[in-house]
Amino acid sequence: MTVGEHREAVMNREARTGPEEGVDDERAGEVLRLDGNAAAGILSEVFVPDLTTARATCANCGMIRAIGALLVYAHGMGMVMRCPNCDAVVLRVARPRRQLWVDLTGAKLVVMAGVGAPSVA
Amino acid sequence: MVTRGVSSGTAATREPGSSTLRSAAIAWRLATVVDVVTETPRARTLVLDVPGWPGHRAGQHVDVRLTADDGYQAERSYSIASAPEDARIALTVQRLDDGEVSPYLTDVLRGGDRLELRGPIGGYFVWGVALGGPLFLVAGGSGIVPLMAMLRHRAAVLTANSDARHGVPTRLLYSSRRWEDVFYRAELAPLAEDDETLEVALTLTHEAPPGWTGFRRLIDRRMLAEVAWPPAERPKVFVCGPTPLVEAVATALVELGHDPALVKTERVGPTGGSGSAA
Repeated sequence: MTVGEHREAVMNREARTGPEEGVDDERAGEVLRLDGNAAAGILSEVFVPDLTTARATCANCGMIRAIGALLVYAHGMGMVMRCPNCDAVVLRVARPRRQLWVDLTGAKLVVMAGVGAPSVA
Repeated sequence: MVTRGVSSGTAATREPGSSTLRSAAIAWRLATVVDVVTETPRARTLVLDVPGWPGHRAGQHVDVRLTADDGYQAERSYSIASAPEDARIALTVQRLDDGEVSPYLTDVLRGGDRLELRGPIGGYFVWGVALGGPLFLVAGGSGIVPLMAMLRHRAAVLTANSDARHGVPTRLLYSSRRWEDVFYRAELAPLAEDDETLEVALTLTHEAPPGWTGFRRLIDRRMLAEVAWPPAERPKVFVCGPTPLVEAVATALVELGHDPALVKTERVGPTGGSGSAA
């Protein structure tokens, strides 16, 4: 194939890894633990302002943290974001079968600065 | 493989997205690979022309999406290595042998190929000269990538202004397994030599070349106490690398008295995060 020839991005199918870990197993591997900023892409599909700079109040312990500072456990379907203080689930985002699920029950309040009107979850 | 089909980018004159506000969802764009640069035996830098790129801030990442013939798609996040002042976007990708995306990016993509991406993404792990210093950057392996964007941004903005440089004294502590694994090593040394306000400390954990005078161990609390700015100077700290390194460094820094609110972390992982994502 000559350099510069247009090619579509095609993956090596053999290399596909299974996204089979269940939602409840997302903490099985330490290596999957990331920061809230890793969730910025999927969150941008729901929220127009960048949610990782917003501050969330954990509904369990009351700790207020930037969403970018939450702990993210990534798995095949999406991401579970936990409070770095008490480990409770603050936010879940998943993308099953062309749907997008957002669960904010673990966030008592989400506050964005520098926005015309306050954004409340 | 250089500069084919490249429009004369003018990112340097664009307004980087300095606000957390966007007017719409982040769009997927078709980027063209204009150059591929070998950084280490396992890492390549993809230099991309991205039409309509809105500008980024140092530390932000992009999502890359690959689509197979049957429609199966895989997305991964990669940190941007280039400064906002550069006309093109550079991503440095480390190959994970069992990854489904990175081997394609490092071994298959060539100049002229196209790639779907969206960004810039993430406003939390970012730094710009307006945020000031002192700045303390800690990297492990491919975690150097977003921190390199910060160093390049700092150099681009402050190069001509020595006084401004003194306002943002910067230290980088960077851990690699061996010398050949050090990303951007040909750029880091002259960067530090030309700038008395930038100090670069390397540690090689597995193997060092003859005559090596740098650190020879994993980053530990003693090393951080030696290299970091004193907590009283309230340095802005950015830590990026594998999860165990990031957590050990962040914990040690807080124990040394650094304000947790000033210590920002980005863990590199297989499904998100930065440079070495699968």
